[in-house]
Amino acid sequence: MSGDFWFDALLGVLLLVLALATIQARQLAAAVMLYVVFGLMLALAWARLGAADLALAEAAIGAGLTGALLFSALARQPKSITPPVRAGKMAPLAALMLCISMGTVLGWTLWQLPLQPAHSQLPAALEQLGSSGTEHLVTAVLLNFRAWDTLLELLVLLLALLGTRLVAAPEPAALQHWPLARQWSIRLLPLLVLVAFFVLWRGATAPGGAFQAGALLAAALVVLRLNGQLPMLSFGAWWVRALILAGVLAFLLAGLLSLWLNWQPEQAVQWLSWPLPLAKGLILLIELCATLAIGLTLTLLVVGERKELTA
Amino acid sequence: MMAWLGGVLLMLGLLFFLAGSFGVLRFPDVFSRLHAVTKADTLGLGFIVLGLGVLQQDWQRFLLMLLIWGLVMLSGTISCQLLGQYGRDQTRDHEESAE
Amino acid sequence: MSLVHWYLLIAAALWGIGCYGLIRGPELLRRIIALNLMGAAVFLVMVTLAARTEPADGVLHALVLTGLVVAVSATAFALALVARTLSEQA
Repeated sequence: MSGDFWFDALLGVLLLVLALATIQARQLAAAVMLYVVFGLMLALAWARLGAADLALAEAAIGAGLTGALLFSALARQPKSITPPVRAGKMAPLAALMLCISMGTVLGWTLWQLPLQPAHSQLPAALEQLGSSGTEHLVTAVLLNFRAWDTLLELLVLLLALLGTRLVAAPEPAALQHWPLARQWSIRLLPLLVLVAFFVLWRGATAPGGAFQAGALLAAALVVLRLNGQLPMLSFGAWWVRALILAGVLAFLLAGLLSLWLNWQPEQAVQWLSWPLPLAKGLILLIELCATLAIGLTLTLLVVGERKELTA
Repeated sequence: MMAWLGGVLLMLGLLFFLAGSFGVLRFPDVFSRLHAVTKADTLGLGFIVLGLGVLQQDWQRFLLMLLIWGLVMLSGTISCQLLGQYGRDQTRDHEESAE
Repeated sequence: MSLVHWYLLIAAALWGIGCYGLIRGPELLRRIIALNLMGAAVFLVMVTLAARTEPADGVLHALVLTGLVVAVSATAFALALVARTLSEQA
């Protein structure tokens, strides 16, 4: 039994135990904390399976920002809610049977998958990597081969933000401000900004990219806002709205530009296919705008002011 | 020889982590648990960083790992202080309402 | 049992656990966390399938990265809905 075997076995079991503990924890705050730990262990699993960008993104977005979202949701819950009662004796048994059987069917189905993929897009993608504008495959897929998916993903982020503003959930109670936390967040800010832009820059050649960088910026802004060091990021400010839209707009403008440059009469138009000499510059520009947009959007999702849109 | 030393340092780090976890489980109140977890975990991480540095022998990566250790130490300290303040306020409210 | 099979089984079990949490609740927040667990299980399946080739399949990694960000957006919106629902009930 090699070291690899023990590591994978323990990591798998740990993931399952943490998931069970999250579901069964008696206090909601404990469940949220266990979920954050689960997210970090999942980041370890991503690193083990060779997905370095995913490990970065999971630690920053999946564990960090989702944890902050969940805690802020916990803080917003009014104290007067009576805790819901769990159902009688038969319901848990039925649910358990159902989930065990579904999990078993799923596991059996997944077991049938071949150990060598029958069709993989990897060789074709690697072939076209040289002409894509970046050297890193994941960035090339995100911003060149599957740029359409990334554009729609930025749109989904924007829609989620607009949705939270429309729903107008109540504000959490004001926090008391500790001077130590304020000093720490001031020291942390330049470091986080530096690391964020470094991760963005490295996304062209090594694991990294716009999403991880945006999440780091959002972390810095959320900590500042929670400590009361950042004035309310109000939607009324023109620069807030401009930055939120920057990612989608940059994408659309780049798409239109490449449509215009690539246009040849009597040939099918290709949406979001960058012309070869401009590919690197376009990708960098889009990534920069996307980073700022993602950072601000994620910040507003966690700590934005909730003002109802009046007619 | 270096591999042996690295292994020993990693084991020491593991020992400190285990000690910290035992402390969290066994100590009676918030403050002693905080004390156990921050001190032991920071020292354990330091030993693990040393062990990894000895094992892989690239001084730039070692400096980066030391920087990570420094950041974990600082954020652990700050969090411990904030949690301790919160715990003190909680126990004070508890005692006041019990009177 | 190979690495791929082990992680696929873990993903199936994780999905089952998430499904159980979704059904049982009882708080809405716990159900949202359970949904996130199910999403994590699906991502684990995709990344494990990507790990079958050497080097790992970057196309699937990019898709999971997109999925991660969409999951966070959906969670944020769901939490806003939960907060509004609970404040209306109170």
